[in-house]
Amino acid sequence: MRHFLDFEKPLAELEGKIEELRRTTDAGGIDVAEEVGRLRDKAQSLLRATYARLSPWQKTLVARHPDRPKCLDYIRALIEDWTPLAGDRAFADDAAVVGGLGRFRGRAVAVLGTEKGSDTESRVLHNFGMARPEGYRKARRIIELAGRFGLPILSFVDTAGAFPGIEAEARGQAEAIARSIEACLEAPVPFVATIIGEGGSGGAIALAAADRILMLEHSIYSVISPEGCASILWRDAAQAPTAAEALKLTAEDLRRLNLVDTVVPEPMGGAQRDPEAAIAAVGQQVWACLEPLLALDGATLRARRREKFLEMGRNSVV
Amino acid sequence: MNWISEWALPKIKTLFGGPREVPENLWHKCPACEQMIFHRDLERALHVCPHCGHHMRVGARQRMDYTLDPNWQRIELPKAPADPLRFRDQRRYGERLRDAQAKAGQEDAVVVAHGAIEGHRAVVAAFEFSFMGGSMGAGVGEALVTAARLAVLQDSPLIVFTASGGARMQEGAISLMQMPRTVIATRMVKEAGLPFIVVLADPTTGGVTASFAMLGDLQIAEPGALIGFAGARVIEQTVREKLPEGFQRAEYLLEHGILDMVVKRGEMRATLARLIGLLRVPQRESESLPEPEVEAPPALPAPAEAEKPAPVT
Repeated sequence: MRHFLDFEKPLAELEGKIEELRRTTDAGGIDVAEEVGRLRDKAQSLLRATYARLSPWQKTLVARHPDRPKCLDYIRALIEDWTPLAGDRAFADDAAVVGGLGRFRGRAVAVLGTEKGSDTESRVLHNFGMARPEGYRKARRIIELAGRFGLPILSFVDTAGAFPGIEAEARGQAEAIARSIEACLEAPVPFVATIIGEGGSGGAIALAAADRILMLEHSIYSVISPEGCASILWRDAAQAPTAAEALKLTAEDLRRLNLVDTVVPEPMGGAQRDPEAAIAAVGQQVWACLEPLLALDGATLRARRREKFLEMGRNSVV
Repeated sequence: MNWISEWALPKIKTLFGGPREVPENLWHKCPACEQMIFHRDLERALHVCPHCGHHMRVGARQRMDYTLDPNWQRIELPKAPADPLRFRDQRRYGERLRDAQAKAGQEDAVVVAHGAIEGHRAVVAAFEFSFMGGSMGAGVGEALVTAARLAVLQDSPLIVFTASGGARMQEGAISLMQMPRTVIATRMVKEAGLPFIVVLADPTTGGVTASFAMLGDLQIAEPGALIGFAGARVIEQTVREKLPEGFQRAEYLLEHGILDMVVKRGEMRATLARLIGLLRVPQRESESLPEPEVEAPPALPAPAEAEKPAPVT
């Protein structure tokens, strides 16, 4: 059963009608192939029209779509010899952060990401992609490991943000994020980060201070959730759509501000409608970004990465 | 305080020649114990309540006066683009920014100065919480990068006094990118072999704590300062639990291993001076130190000595 977003209601109705007609045909009723074809065309053009001009708030909803491919889907499809690693060596293993070794197009790499989970059980296991300090410390450990062995790093970011909890604060959530950002910036190896869904604030940048930053067409990247921003600045969480607009959080906005490098187009109607194609497109773009970096030595990579981030905000104007 | 109490009431009082009252601002009420404090006493106590020891928030320039020897100099900061997103909530960000600038007499929420702390050269950056909650946008990022560069150039330690609600939402993802940007600033100072000391003042939260402010070689806080990543309300809503007593206060962080020390404002200058003195080995002495590579392996202690239990102090 496909999950439709609120703004996709007309589409849901059309597809429901098509399904109904098909069932009549299957049951040996009159042949309605022509009618089905006509409705399909209509649904396709409606889909195209809807997704061609999604508002920032609608993009936020698409970015959070439960059927969208998640970090582990990308890893399973793109990484051979996937070997997950666990633990921060101090307190626990945080399943919200996924990390390990594998091969990308034949080359050994380290892979990191935040995993939201794809059903109730896995969502609880991965804490909905919201990491605790252990998660960021695990990320840092794997980044440093990659640096020691010259492995390029790929990250797939999809998180509402760091987990806001009592224990997380007690164990130094802020410090863990800060150190993870530092590890990203210091890594003497090529680093390509991709925002695949939600790029939620500090919890996202902790795994994304990279040489090349990619965003999926309908992903978002923001300093605060639209709901959080609305409840602070408008004193009303229901103003989230307005806040989403103001925050300039879409891939297109981030590209224009020169805060990300590449926007990866999604299949028509979003990655959730054709996860395989979306993942393949990301794989291609990640490789295109990674390949030229492979020729650079660690010092050059680090120096350029610094320059890149030092520029951010200096000349960014919408 | 609003325009009525600030402006209209005094005007009315003078107009009607009422009984001369002591102007309100000569007395301050401690927000913690609610006792009244005469302004001169408060100034003398560096804005720490003489009754209960509560550390009140102070401005960036007061910080400089409290920390640096007289004749410190403020550094001109490069301008950051104002309102890059043309952000508007209930008011335009551009307007808010101009108001804050006019009120504070500074371009953004951080002031950078150089001078000396009891004779030790230092670069100091201080947050002005009253400037849009000390929030960090491109201007604040630029200030910290400038401070770091200056510290390296002058071969001085960098000390940052923080007081910030976190990222400046009105600059969207640009404010988020100030997190890696300020982390780079800390790296510059550290790579030059210089101490980077963070003093966390009330309150320091969000993206500021999750970047440069947790990366000090030494982490100091003022008593009672609220320090954390997530806001208390957000945590309460998420975990649906009552927050423990003293949660996210400086003393709580010290207990949890996140700080080196909690230092009273009155002792801050002397503490910083002592720490800088301890960390900064005089140049001549450090040059004459033997290279570790060529150093002979340390002689093993004589067996009799090795058997002696280590003294417990």
